[in-house]
Amino acid sequence: MTLQTFNPEISTEPVIEIKQPVITVKDVNVFYGDKQALKNISLDIPKNKVTSLIGPSGCGKTTFLKCINRMNDLIDICRVEGEILVGGQDIYDPAVDVVALRAHIGMVFQKPNPFPKSIFENVAYGMRIHNLTNSKSELGDRVESALRGAAIWEEVRDRLDQPGTSLSGGQQQRLCIARAIAVEPKIILMDEPASALDPIATAKIEELMDELRKNYAIVIVTHSMQQAARVSQFTAFFHMGELVEHGKTDKIFTSPGDERTQNYITGRIG
Amino acid sequence: MTETFTRKTPELARRHAGEKRFQWLGKAAITIAIGFLLVMVGTISWMGVGAFKQTQIALDVYLDPQEIDTAAPNKADYGAMVKKAQRSKFSDVKKHNDKRKLYKLLSSQAAFTLQHQVADNPELIGQTAKIWFIASDDVDMFIKGNTNVDDSGNAGKLDKKQLQWIAALKSTGDIRTRFNSSFFLSGDSREPELAGILSAFTGTVLTLAVCFALSFPVGILAAIYLEEFTPKNRWSDLIEVNINNLAAVPSIVFGLLGLSVFLNTFGLPRSSPLVGGMVLGLMTLPTIIIASRAALRAVPPSIRQAALGIGATQIQTVFHHVAPLAMPGMLTGAIIGMARALGETAPLLMIGMVAFIVDVPGSVLQPATALPVQIFLWADSPERAFLEKTSAAIIVLIVFLIFMNLIAIILRHKYRQRF
Ligand SMILES: Nc1ncnc2c1ncn2[C@@H]1O[C@H](COP(=O)(O)OP(=O)(O)OP(=O)(O)O)[C@@H](O)[C@H]1O
Ligand SMILES: [Mg+2]
Repeated sequence: MTLQTFNPEISTEPVIEIKQPVITVKDVNVFYGDKQALKNISLDIPKNKVTSLIGPSGCGKTTFLKCINRMNDLIDICRVEGEILVGGQDIYDPAVDVVALRAHIGMVFQKPNPFPKSIFENVAYGMRIHNLTNSKSELGDRVESALRGAAIWEEVRDRLDQPGTSLSGGQQQRLCIARAIAVEPKIILMDEPASALDPIATAKIEELMDELRKNYAIVIVTHSMQQAARVSQFTAFFHMGELVEHGKTDKIFTSPGDERTQNYITGRIG
Repeated sequence: MTETFTRKTPELARRHAGEKRFQWLGKAAITIAIGFLLVMVGTISWMGVGAFKQTQIALDVYLDPQEIDTAAPNKADYGAMVKKAQRSKFSDVKKHNDKRKLYKLLSSQAAFTLQHQVADNPELIGQTAKIWFIASDDVDMFIKGNTNVDDSGNAGKLDKKQLQWIAALKSTGDIRTRFNSSFFLSGDSREPELAGILSAFTGTVLTLAVCFALSFPVGILAAIYLEEFTPKNRWSDLIEVNINNLAAVPSIVFGLLGLSVFLNTFGLPRSSPLVGGMVLGLMTLPTIIIASRAALRAVPPSIRQAALGIGATQIQTVFHHVAPLAMPGMLTGAIIGMARALGETAPLLMIGMVAFIVDVPGSVLQPATALPVQIFLWADSPERAFLEKTSAAIIVLIVFLIFMNLIAIILRHKYRQRF
């Protein structure tokens, strides 16, 4: 029944060719209770590339992101239909262990959510529970490199024992990025990681993404067209729960195939 | 421009007035509450403070070496020696009836006091020693001014003659009031001047220890399981409703349950702190579960997402992050539950913790009573002197409560973390 509102033109549009995708999303529908948040999404996420998700507020970007590491499991009323393959494995298969999946797919949330523990412990916690280090000094080194990677080391090096919650909003966001990359996931999902950052920190985070994508696949949600254009190689435009358009970033921004994309990136809807 | 912020519009004035009114009401409510509290605590303190003092009478006792066998000093008839000392103090007392009245000035404990003195200081044997004895409750009440001389010349149970003797003792400085350490160091007694709260206090401590050991871990684990692990469905709703109902069940019902299950079915020892603690633990359990669940619910979901998002298991998420944050709230719930258990009398009556207990219980299996039951028993006693004992026991109960809350505050402070 919900398909009635669905525009058949979009689904028939040829999906761009992506060789060896790390994530393959096939006909995914997501419901919050009776309300459908995502409609028939099919999308491939390439390796070693940054894919940005853009679209007006409430269009389902966060919902989509949370499907990929099954954070939606935490919401009782949320129901996911369809298939999401990560490395060829359907992650909604009952045999899949979500704990292993989430260790494999890191996430930075829209709102910064550091643990109310020390800055050091925030970053070290993930490595501890996954037994990634054997010695104390190695742990210290890796905490430092994660914090450096998230462009926050210089600001916190003298206060590693202070609570992570005592940092400013932008610093907290970068601490959360450090926490996510510390466990070395293969895929990183970032939900507006730069929304609370100044241009300098934003530039650093964008640099980091460019660095990280050599080993990882990155999916980023952003409200900044410039950022999407700067950091991502692929862009997907969502609108009201539908995937309107997906393709190479330069193509989306220079010659969008859909009027809604055109309107959104030029600032007429959103 | 500046005028925009300084001009008082009627609309703004109305809103400010509303705020003022609310603050006034709040202050009035707090003042009334504190007033009542002060009146209550003040009255109880006023009535009970006397019990912390004790009247003593000095006698010169001749410790006759012929009466006391140094090899077995405990065998001697100390009662007779005390009586003799009293008679020699008031040599005019001849009539049998008067002698009995004279003896009544001292508590029945006097012989033991003397015996202990001799046992501790054997060198006194053969000498005349000045020894302080605990006065009887009637003398105690008169000295403290709780009984007054009436028209017929009597004061309480003391008659004219006895009052004359007391006056004589006073004039020679042989009557005094001292800190009543035996109130804290002895158990209950039929004689008010000898009754203490140690047995009831120990009973309460043991009972609450059992109650806490039972209800705190079980309550917290149940709350964690219900809040973090069970899916929300009709069954979990049913369990929730039942727990809420259980928290409202009158305590005496738990007492009856303890009587029929713990005592009659399982045959656990009657009147013991073990059974008392188990009954109070059952009663406290729902309170702790409800408070703990509320505390868990107050932990922001973003913390759970953060932990799960980097691959922590559900258990790790709960025990590393959520439970520590909820700990202050859980402790508050536990203390509220324990405070209620502390003051509970009815269920303890049902399982026989109302017995007359002189000995201090040495374990949770021995018969014991509890502070509120002791208060109930003393309040029920006819002797005038038990009145101040009752108030004093209430003071001890309140101090105990304050102490418990203090521990809770310290623990809460220790566990407090910001989100
Ligand atoms: N937990 C939830 N329960 C019910 N509905 C939800 C829930 N989370 C999201 N939704 C709904 O799903 C839709 C998509 O939400 P989502 O958070 O994915 O939007 P978004 O694209 O991330 O928006 P924004 O850019 O503002 O973050 C919205 O209409 C929202 O109301
Ligand atoms: Mg969002």
